[in-house]
Amino acid sequence: MKTVDIEQLNKKAALIRYYVTKMIGANKKGHFGGSLSVADILSAIYFYKMNYDPKNPKWDGRDRFFLSKGHASYAQYAALAILGVFPENELYKAKQVGSMLQGHPDMNKTPGVEGNTGSLAQGISLAAGCAQGLKLDGSNSKVFVVLGDGEIAEGQVWEAATAASCFELDNLVGVLDNNGLESTGVIAERHCIGDIKAKWQAFGWHTIEVDGHDMQQLVNALDASDEIDKPVMIIANTIKGKGISLAENVAAFHNGMMNSEDFDAAIEQLESQL
Amino acid sequence: MKYECIRSAYGKKLVEAGAVNKNIVALEADLGKSTMSCMFEKAYPNRFFEMNIAEQNMAAFAGGLALTGKIPFIHSFAIFASGRCFEQIRQSIGTAKLSVKICGSSCGLSDFGDGATHQTIEDIAIMRTIPGMVVLEAVDANQVEGLVDAVVAHDGPVYFRMNRSDSPVLTQPGEKFEIGKIYTMREGSDAVIFACGNMVSIALEAADLLEKQGVSLKVLNVSTLKPLDHEYIKSFADGMKAVLTAEEHSVIGGLNSAVCQAIAGSFVGPVVAIGMNDCFGFSTLDYQTILNYFEFTPERIANDVVKSLGAK
Repeated sequence: MKTVDIEQLNKKAALIRYYVTKMIGANKKGHFGGSLSVADILSAIYFYKMNYDPKNPKWDGRDRFFLSKGHASYAQYAALAILGVFPENELYKAKQVGSMLQGHPDMNKTPGVEGNTGSLAQGISLAAGCAQGLKLDGSNSKVFVVLGDGEIAEGQVWEAATAASCFELDNLVGVLDNNGLESTGVIAERHCIGDIKAKWQAFGWHTIEVDGHDMQQLVNALDASDEIDKPVMIIANTIKGKGISLAENVAAFHNGMMNSEDFDAAIEQLESQL
Repeated sequence: MKYECIRSAYGKKLVEAGAVNKNIVALEADLGKSTMSCMFEKAYPNRFFEMNIAEQNMAAFAGGLALTGKIPFIHSFAIFASGRCFEQIRQSIGTAKLSVKICGSSCGLSDFGDGATHQTIEDIAIMRTIPGMVVLEAVDANQVEGLVDAVVAHDGPVYFRMNRSDSPVLTQPGEKFEIGKIYTMREGSDAVIFACGNMVSIALEAADLLEKQGVSLKVLNVSTLKPLDHEYIKSFADGMKAVLTAEEHSVIGGLNSAVCQAIAGSFVGPVVAIGMNDCFGFSTLDYQTILNYFEFTPERIANDVVKSLGAK
């Protein structure tokens, strides 16, 4: 078992949130909400669980990560920069012409990105196919995929879920960033999503439910997934906009904007967590 | 004329290719007995994946397999392979330039019995719009063997369509298939017809009819619908009094559009589009009946050639 420093992982999650906010900047629209809710999940996967060499991001023996909810790309870019896959200054060029950092992850432009995701539902299919390919090669590498709870309305998610369980992809671990909000409001109020846990179980997945902002619980769930002989979905209950008080649980911050005053307050709040 | 089944030749060839290249894997959406991926399933059960009737996941899942160095061939009827999972092909495969090979079987009107829902007259148009996508159609059972070799060798996504019915054998076995090459099937000097798939043999019959009337029609097999070099296409139109295109596909966005984009501004004669004129097909009890209904016949082509020459 790897040693784990929960405090360090929490600080790295805070750093992801700080970078995301700085990347978007004041008076500009950006995907704050889902990038902030997923930060702890990414910290646990990238900085604790994944078998990964940042100096050699194409190493055959690496674990793979797919961000199926690709609109949270800035959080993934922040994690990759913290790992040292590319320099931090690249973060502030995001979306500029010629930048390696697109609005949604692009494997041919960004080192460390494994597939082109963000058209919702496709990332889990890519991840499942990748997990299948690794199995064909006799590889021990694992594949991690993070989905949003709004995303799982897509039928393709359940096509992929069926295939992953049918093909017994025990090297596939999903984490559901279950923040309860989608772009236009509270998911449960706008569309009947049903019992998420029961759904994944019915599709043949092992489920583990955690507080997605409790690093110890995330780490324990990821470790527990090693022992399960089927695909695992970690349902991580999170708060959209986590870490910035004025953005927390506000649907408008899915793709929101802060004025200069609010932005300065947000940065101050995030800096205090670093 | 000898007829052979393109699909069967394809299935057999994919098995042969799979013996040479162990990275080839096949994915199917419960149509293996039609697409003939069932032959690959039998030969290499461990490299075959029944994705069931879930084409969108099949396309993106294949992308994931390609990320690990596999060469996935995905199969369905052409309308589902190109239409149902268009966006998965665009996003997961196309934008990443992944080496996934998409087999659109039972293309055009060749699934005559199932009717409009299963006939495919849009796939060339749909697939041509994806940047970097190669779009192919083999003319016969011999050419599809070369096509498979070329598809495996090509680094990047390829869409290829296959006719369901037995097709006249027009080419020799063992000929190399070159992506981007236009094959001259018959020389001619008055008019030229760019044809693909099943329309090539019909155009050749039209050329026979025209010869008796003293009209010389050059017949081309355009087995690559994309990429097609504009200067290359122009070189076939140069000196001709009329240009025709013939495809078992909508006249919108397919072979006619590709040819017109190339010769626009240089060719000054008439251009005639033979294809589906912005309409759906319907069910018939046999293939010939629907081909006759939409006038995919040698007589119609010959008539169009004569009319176009008279119009000059």
